[in-house]
Amino acid sequence: MTPHTNVPPARDLVVVGNGMVGQRLVEAVRERDPERRWRITVLGEESRAAYDRVALTSYLTGTTADELGLVPEGCYDEHCVLHLGDAAQDIDRVARTVTTASGRTVGYDALVLATGSVPFVPPVPGAGADGCFVYRTLDDLDKIRERAGRVGSGVVVGGGLLGLEAANALHSLGADTTVVEFAPRLMPAQVDQGGGEVLRRRIEGLGLTVRVATATERLEPLDDGGLRMVFADGDVLDTGMVVFSAGIRPRDGLARAAGLELGPRGGVAVDSGCRTSDPAVWAVGECAVVDGSGYGLVAPGYEMAEVVADRLLGGSATFGESDTSTKLKLLGVDVASFGDAHAATPDALEVVYADPVGGVYKKLVVTDDASQLLGGVLVGDASAYAALRTMVGEPLTDTPEQLLTAGPQVSGLDDAAQVCSCQNVTAGTIRAAIHDEACHDVAAVKGCTRAGTTCGSCVPLIKTLLAQSGAAASNALCEHFELSRAELFDVVRATGLRTFSEIIARHGSGRGCDICKPAVASILASLGTGHILDGEQATLQDTNDRFLANIQRNGTYSVVPRVPGGELTPEALITIGEVARDFGLYSKITGGQRIDLFGARVEQLPAIWRRLVDAGLESGHAYGKALRTVKSCVGSTWCRYGVQDSTSLAIMLETRYRGLRAPHKIKAGVSGCARECAEARSKDVGVIATENGWNLYVGGNGGFRPRHADLFASDLTTDRLVVLVDRLLMFYVRTADRLQRTAAWLEALGDEHGDGLAYLHRVLVDDDLTICADLDAAVQRHVGSYTDEWAAVLDDEEKLKRFVSFVNAPGTPDPSIRFVTERGQIRPTAADDDTAAPVTVAGPTLEVVRR
Amino acid sequence: MTSGTVTAPARTWTAVCGYDDLVPESGAPALVGTDQVAVFRTHDGAVYALSNHDPFSTASVLSRGIVGSRDGVPTVASPMHKQVFDLRTGACLDDPEVRVTVYPVRVRAGRVEVGSA
Ligand code: SRM
Ligand SMILES: Cc1cc2nc3c(=O)[nH]c(=O)nc-3n(C[C@H](O)[C@H](O)[C@H](O)COP(=O)(O)OP(=O)(O)OC[C@H]3O[C@@H](n4cnc5c(N)ncnc54)[C@H](O)[C@@H]3O)c2cc1C
Ligand code: SF4
Ligand code: FES
Repeated sequence: MTPHTNVPPARDLVVVGNGMVGQRLVEAVRERDPERRWRITVLGEESRAAYDRVALTSYLTGTTADELGLVPEGCYDEHCVLHLGDAAQDIDRVARTVTTASGRTVGYDALVLATGSVPFVPPVPGAGADGCFVYRTLDDLDKIRERAGRVGSGVVVGGGLLGLEAANALHSLGADTTVVEFAPRLMPAQVDQGGGEVLRRRIEGLGLTVRVATATERLEPLDDGGLRMVFADGDVLDTGMVVFSAGIRPRDGLARAAGLELGPRGGVAVDSGCRTSDPAVWAVGECAVVDGSGYGLVAPGYEMAEVVADRLLGGSATFGESDTSTKLKLLGVDVASFGDAHAATPDALEVVYADPVGGVYKKLVVTDDASQLLGGVLVGDASAYAALRTMVGEPLTDTPEQLLTAGPQVSGLDDAAQVCSCQNVTAGTIRAAIHDEACHDVAAVKGCTRAGTTCGSCVPLIKTLLAQSGAAASNALCEHFELSRAELFDVVRATGLRTFSEIIARHGSGRGCDICKPAVASILASLGTGHILDGEQATLQDTNDRFLANIQRNGTYSVVPRVPGGELTPEALITIGEVARDFGLYSKITGGQRIDLFGARVEQLPAIWRRLVDAGLESGHAYGKALRTVKSCVGSTWCRYGVQDSTSLAIMLETRYRGLRAPHKIKAGVSGCARECAEARSKDVGVIATENGWNLYVGGNGGFRPRHADLFASDLTTDRLVVLVDRLLMFYVRTADRLQRTAAWLEALGDEHGDGLAYLHRVLVDDDLTICADLDAAVQRHVGSYTDEWAAVLDDEEKLKRFVSFVNAPGTPDPSIRFVTERGQIRPTAADDDTAAPVTVAGPTLEVVRR
Repeated sequence: MTSGTVTAPARTWTAVCGYDDLVPESGAPALVGTDQVAVFRTHDGAVYALSNHDPFSTASVLSRGIVGSRDGVPTVASPMHKQVFDLRTGACLDDPEVRVTVYPVRVRAGRVEVGSA
């Protein structure tokens, strides 16, 4: 990307503010300026480089600051410099210099202000007291989290978009939360009275308190460190903390001091080319007021950034009127508004559908002859949002009533229709990406076009476009089944079919393969259909399950006894050591806190397991798509920092879910305190002890694509924790795709339902699908019917018959298996081993003692 | 070897196991002379024999693969890295360059017999 680094850039561009829009501006200039005509200096007041402020709240539920980061690798170098933690303090428009808080002075040929906005704190006495916060930066969130951890309650002043988001955050931090709104309804800027009412009820239903039409008069400190709010009507409310989220104000202080023209209600006034009253100075994002309008959303800001980048490089782009549609999920309630939501167009008609019981309110605004859609409001069910938004201004093909009840048809989506408003991407661009750049899934389209990468509300529409193009990877399991794994699961569960032959005869074709057979085997096992090697089931298993051991590169197997929570008695340890010694196996501590014995020939497996089972050990299912390990730390029993007994919990969980067959392996971890020595957040199910109980994290993964698990619920009792893990695992077992770990499953749920974690909450906590009782019962059946797979094989002559080297020479070892000795243990021979090395054929054969 | 060998004019047949010992839709390993052979029985009762040697991993494991079909062709997938082989011809359906040895196989008086390749 740096073809001409030797040629000194001719001109200096200074950008004040490294927020979402300032960063986008830098990238847009870099993209258009491969010759490096501009040398760029960015001044950022925050200590962190640009991050995704739209997703700010996810920081409280486990997303890390790094994951929120927006700066692509290689963005900054010697010709494009970023100074963090150094605010611009003064602009000298004559000398064309900017001076910073640390005393740095930078000269500019062009200056772009991208200073964003600040939350508006109403001028009520006491609003600056200790315990008052705003909700804008990662630092704000750190402070809010810290306070919320100490106090049990909080008030959010402001019931608009951001206020409700902040309320959501306080609620998820476990605080008793009240929302105080001055207007007579929630989200006054976006929804009308009817929508506001439905929203209020939904939010109260979640356990928050809502006070509308309430003015705060003053705040008084309380002796216990809390705050008393006094309202205009004389009411008082005592609380642990207050978050102000009553709108935003553009940060125009620098511009004001420099004598630049401002908008009537503040903000840096710019023309449609985003230029201020000084032709060398530009403004973009929330600090700018374009032709009299300011914007509090990121999409218009991005557009401004593109306009300025274009102009800086000689273009003449202009900023058009921007879409102020919004959709968000507030406390699990969908809220969307788009276009002329308040029917401000002369003679506009409103068509309303309201279901107060179901908590759904939808309104469409149309022209007086109902020929054109102008805008709308959706509360409770915003599934049609993305599609409706693209229809604004277009002739209506359906009646408004049809649109409201049946939802829009998106088949005829015009190429010019804007699908992603955050990134301004049209249906045509997405279709081109699908066809010309072979983007065959949502992730690829995101990567190619940026569509869907900001608020995510357009993802369902992207999916529809993918499906219509026929390019979408079909979710058929394989050539033998048209069904996906989840569909097949439901079919098998509902029909009661219990053999592969019947299932493929009725619902598939051909004779199956190495994809559908293990998938069906796993489904049957999850449904509790007896031993996995019973009858025909044996032939469905992958070799690891077939021999209840993990195949190794030379055709031998490894043996892993279960060591719940990693806790091992000296006797068990000695048994494992003796078995390894007597059978000449290589032994190693695994990454899962247990011991693996390698190099066992297939015909040795029963004898090895006889010894292990007799000593009280059992299968560790290292071979199965099943629960693997629940890693633990020593916790409060030994550790001087531990706050709960993590080892006991890990053992309990591992014992509870052992043998549970799933679409992929399941790993869990339990840490005794926030130091997280068990690395629980890298597991499918992570549990971290708190002073008050347990925090539950879901969807972690190590492996190929590491992902930290997201916080699902906090401060749980052990009983509640178990209920949630039960449901989570069983729901995963039933609905995930073949070989889809929980991390990928959670992300797929997010693509489908907007926010995977919130969806899981609705299903597993609120029981929106009314399946919790069924999930609970299924786990109970699993727990009640568990038996050790290896013990069962040892008791069954039929099954034992398969553990032979040759059907016609059962005791003869496979002569091609050879080992050499390394560091005192065996290892398989490798191609470059010289033949002089000591070679053991198939390990020493020993008489095995049966006890 | 557990059973006697029968000498036929052109090739030697080795009885390796009872036909009923073969579980439908699966394979079993057998030793024929010094050759390791994988004997398969498919759902329709047919019997096939291939070399047990997986040319990709060089381990003797094909008998432990999953038996199935691809486009109607009876197949086995190597348990190691899942390459699929045609049970009739030994051709690897995922790599036209690769083929494993096919052994003649027949059922006589309830016994499965493998012929020298
Ligand atoms: C033995 C062990 C390595 C060791 O010497 O420590 C191991 C060995 C294998 N791992 Fe692993 N993994 C082992 C811990 C891990 C861990 C660490 C952990 O569990 O804390 C990880 C990362 C954590 C995770 O899973 O998220 C890990 C991520 C993988 C992956 C990648 C999974 C992913 O989602 O990306 C695979 C491939 C797969 O499953 O498709 C894999 C697959 C395998 C297989 C099964 C490969 C195969 O198909 O033969 C290896 C054979 C196991 C065997 O016993 O012969 N192994 N593997 C560890 C056994 C742990 C145990 O006690 O059961
Ligand atoms: C909780 C939350 C949720 C949101 N959700 C959505 C959403 O769903 N959809 C949506 O479209 N928008 C949403 N927004 C709004 C969106 O984040 C903003 O529109 C966007 O960040 C604006 O970008 P910006 O660059 O103009 O301002 P900012 O991202 O605020 O960046 C401005 C930066 O400039 C820095 N700065 C200010 N003055 C100076 C100075 N003198 N010197 C140096 N640096 C300075 C600031 O510290 C800041 O880092 C949300 C905002 C919040 C807080
Ligand atoms: S996670 Fe906490 S309790 Fe567990 S070992 Fe580490 S420091 Fe100790
Ligand atoms: S509309 Fe927000 S990401 Fe596409």
